[in-house]
Amino acid sequence: MSALLDVRNLHTEFRTGAGLVRAVDGVSYTVDPGETVAIVGESGSGKSVGAMSILRLIPDPPGRITQGQILFDGRDLLRLSQVEMREIRGRDIGMVFQEPMTSLNPVLTIGRQITEVLEQHQGADRLAAERRALELMEMVGIADTGRRLKQYPHQLSGGMRQRVMIAVALACNPKLIIADEPTTALDVTIQAQILELMKQLTLRLNVALIVITHNLGVVARYASRVNVMYAGRIVEAGSADAIYHDPRHPYTIALLRSVPRLDQPRRARLDPVDGQPPDLTRLDGGCAFRPRCRFAVEQCGEARPALAPTGEAGHFAACFRSDELVAARDVAAREVAA
Amino acid sequence: MSGDAVETPLLEVRGLAMHFPVSEGIVLSRKVGDVKAVDGVDFAIKRGETLGLVGESGCGKTTTGRCILRLERPSAGQILFDGQDISGLGRKDLVALRRRMQVIFQDPYSSLNPRMKVGDIIAEPIKVHGVEPDANRRRARVRELLSICGLDPKFADRYPHEMSGGQRQRVGIARALALDPEFIVCDEAVSALDVSIQAQVVNLLEDLRERFRLTYLFIAHDLSVVRHLCQRVVVMYLGRIVEMADCDELFDNPLHPYTQALLSAVPIPDPRVEATRDFRPAPGEVPSPINPPSGCVFHPRCPMAVEGCKRARPVLRELRPGHWVACSEVQ
Ligand SMILES: Nc1ncnc2c1ncn2[C@@H]1O[C@H](COP(=O)(O)OP(=O)(O)OP(=O)(O)O)[C@@H](O)[C@H]1O
Ligand SMILES: Nc1ncnc2c1ncn2[C@@H]1O[C@H](COP(=O)(O)OP(=O)(O)OP(=O)(O)O)[C@@H](O)[C@H]1O
Ligand code: SF4
Ligand SMILES: [Mg+2]
Ligand SMILES: [Mg+2]
Repeated sequence: MSALLDVRNLHTEFRTGAGLVRAVDGVSYTVDPGETVAIVGESGSGKSVGAMSILRLIPDPPGRITQGQILFDGRDLLRLSQVEMREIRGRDIGMVFQEPMTSLNPVLTIGRQITEVLEQHQGADRLAAERRALELMEMVGIADTGRRLKQYPHQLSGGMRQRVMIAVALACNPKLIIADEPTTALDVTIQAQILELMKQLTLRLNVALIVITHNLGVVARYASRVNVMYAGRIVEAGSADAIYHDPRHPYTIALLRSVPRLDQPRRARLDPVDGQPPDLTRLDGGCAFRPRCRFAVEQCGEARPALAPTGEAGHFAACFRSDELVAARDVAAREVAA
Repeated sequence: MSGDAVETPLLEVRGLAMHFPVSEGIVLSRKVGDVKAVDGVDFAIKRGETLGLVGESGCGKTTTGRCILRLERPSAGQILFDGQDISGLGRKDLVALRRRMQVIFQDPYSSLNPRMKVGDIIAEPIKVHGVEPDANRRRARVRELLSICGLDPKFADRYPHEMSGGQRQRVGIARALALDPEFIVCDEAVSALDVSIQAQVVNLLEDLRERFRLTYLFIAHDLSVVRHLCQRVVVMYLGRIVEMADCDELFDNPLHPYTQALLSAVPIPDPRVEATRDFRPAPGEVPSPINPPSGCVFHPRCPMAVEGCKRARPVLRELRPGHWVACSEVQ
């Protein structure tokens, strides 16, 4: 099976007052048809910029995609014209963002937001579009669809608005949906409803999903594969099981250990990732995680480690010491448990 | 006070209510109802304790905190701080109270004045309350507060935008500590922070509690952080308390159907656990506090609801020692 999305060596930069920010600094990964891939990582590590680059929505200036290929269904999105790209967005690739209020048009009714997409991308006539809109709203679990169609975004709750966003994203039978923090602004029980809905629909319609989130529980529940980002690069990638049960990068190990878990006995103290997030304008030639890394050695200052195979097939880490740190990691885990 | 006497709680609220008027019309505005943001809430916090306050958006957590801090004048009820009812205090008396109670907000970005240097931000309450008129000693105090909060004293000369989110939150904490308060309301104090930094700040809050014998009201929606940090937890739904218990008891043995729904909605960061977990999210939306459902406000979403739940408002009952539940169906 060939990949639906194949991102190769993507570089996206921003020129800022403080200097050049390499927000995405050589990122490569694939997404298979129907698969859910999660992207996690520190705030500012380039998760959103990476996703916006796929959609070619980077504000220029100050931003620019400087290198790489984004193969979607075999075509390089970076070579398409703006007009062709607009066709792809909303038709082949759907989007769901954190704050639906900013992505929905406040002066259009819910019904119109959906029918507009259908008319624009599928040339549907008004009547067919309205029928389809009703169908989509039922599919995303909106009750009382007739009345809702005539309402405006501000008349809906946050959870409802997110359902509408999902309906818009699904309207033209996309092959891929990119969801950037889709439930961060929602309540725990509403978040659970929305995530279950997305999971159900992506399975049923065989839509691939890239989900960006801070919530490691959400990743564990919904993703088959995970990319962990730090300072503009993927530092670890693998199956969800490998990432959670056999992490091979010190940042991933520290991240997993820093969150308290409801299913485990209360710990006396949390075990944070020490130090501060990196300043992307001031990275040196060494490993970007080095100042916070408990395993750093001299070699780590000499070059930035490349993503290399480690552990099971399909598991990669960008750390000079990923193979040897397994033993140290397991000793530390036993100490914490004791 | 002798050791075996029952210690009076540092804070106690009785029948606390906060109703905001809702009006309609722009020219001739008339009142059409009330938002019952907080609708009859009772709880107490012991000295040195951290009480967690959880519940869905809009259930009245922040409003409860603001009433306690007397940033709002409650519509009804008593707020006893160190034995004194502060619910009706006027402006003058509140000044003295403000020194003893502080708040740490969610958003380290908007709660710090961007045009002030960090040192001045922290010194401001000291100046306003006239605690330390000497500028040199005030600067020394700022340096001390910064290092207590794990920041380099040199940060005093920086501006908030020159710091990371975690560092800014530490500045907010340093400012809250400036007047040696006894009680701090932490309103989503770690929610906006990145996971890796959140743990640092949680540890700091714990250290400070021990070091200065602080008492916290910890408002948060992240239940795993609440479980880690709190001794007791109050669960609110639509302005009312639905459950209250010691932390371990609440998480090990939740009795109210809403608490159960809330806890089961939290995904565990472990794919093996999630693969085997049976999980059906609670249906429905949180209703509007303007027109709350009759009887038990949770009944439209409740899997256990019976006819009677639509009629009578359940009272908070102590079903086990220290474990209070407002549900008529739970025995
Ligand atoms: N318009 C912009 N101008 C300048 N810098 C930008 C711009 N957008 C993003 N950046 C920078 O690019 C880097 C990556 O940002 P990005 O939004 O991708 O982070 P993220 O991983 O999505 O973080 P978060 O978890 O906080 O959403 C950051 O350092 C950010 O400051
Ligand atoms: N000044 C006000 N005027 C009118 N209504 C208000 C006011 N302040 C709060 N409310 C309403 O009171 C209810 C409770 O709000 P509150 O901010 O206390 O909730 P919360 O539990 O803190 O929610 P969140 O988790 O979103 O912070 C909400 O319905 C809110 O809209
Ligand atoms: S390469 Fe070195 S500094 Fe970087 S994560 Fe690995 S051990 Fe740590
Ligand atoms: Mg982002
Ligand atoms: Mg609040």
